[in-house]
Amino acid sequence: MTTRRPVEPVLWLAFSAGGMLSALLVPVLLLLFGLAFPLGLLPAPDHAHLHALVRSPVTRLVLLALTVLALFHAAHRLRYTVRDGLQLKRLERLVDALCYGGAVAGSALAAYLLATIS
Amino acid sequence: MTEYTGLYQRLYRTRVPILWWLRRRSYLAFVVRELSSVFVAWAVVFLLLLAHAVASGPRQYQSFLAWSAAPWVLTVNAVALALVVYHAVTWFNVAPQALVLRVRGRRVPARVVAGLHYGLWALVSAVVAWIVI
Repeated sequence: MTTRRPVEPVLWLAFSAGGMLSALLVPVLLLLFGLAFPLGLLPAPDHAHLHALVRSPVTRLVLLALTVLALFHAAHRLRYTVRDGLQLKRLERLVDALCYGGAVAGSALAAYLLATIS
Repeated sequence: MTEYTGLYQRLYRTRVPILWWLRRRSYLAFVVRELSSVFVAWAVVFLLLLAHAVASGPRQYQSFLAWSAAPWVLTVNAVALALVVYHAVTWFNVAPQALVLRVRGRRVPARVVAGLHYGLWALVSAVVAWIVI
């Protein structure tokens, strides 16, 4: 099939931006909150400090951008890996729908969670 | 498109085993890099759960900390960290191919472009750590 898909450049842009943003931000955040604090290598920050941080609009915007773009980045990569890796060319549309649908649902949930922080 | 393409493709379909990506180290590295995106997605979900717990109150934050110290969560996060770092390194290494910079008509060398990305990574990481801790 050679149908033109005008959304492709937009998806690629989201893939690219998500790859960059997650490469810059995720390793340090995961190192701190995923390993250093739970293992007690560093004292976990107190609640008041983090609460003030996540209430700030700047933090919430950064988190929203990171989440949305990283999810579309993952959807884009996974779509091709599942299709070619597992040879599901025939199920391409289903794979695309699941990958991008997941990213859309995750983004909506993230927007809701971050908007309702008080 | 010429008309015989369909038949041509049908005649020359090569069978590829489903585990083709285990045949060579470079294929495996490629697939691992692609699958790192699953852990990128996990990491942002983990951070969202953290933000939600913090917003819900001190008790929820404490129970999030306890949950994140569970062995299986620690294991997932250790694997995720390794793959996210792999994603970052491979991403910055190919950045010079995607980003062609010219200064006074001369192309900035690939090593400089990659170096700038690594410098930015270090700076962003330091700033985030300084804000969080």
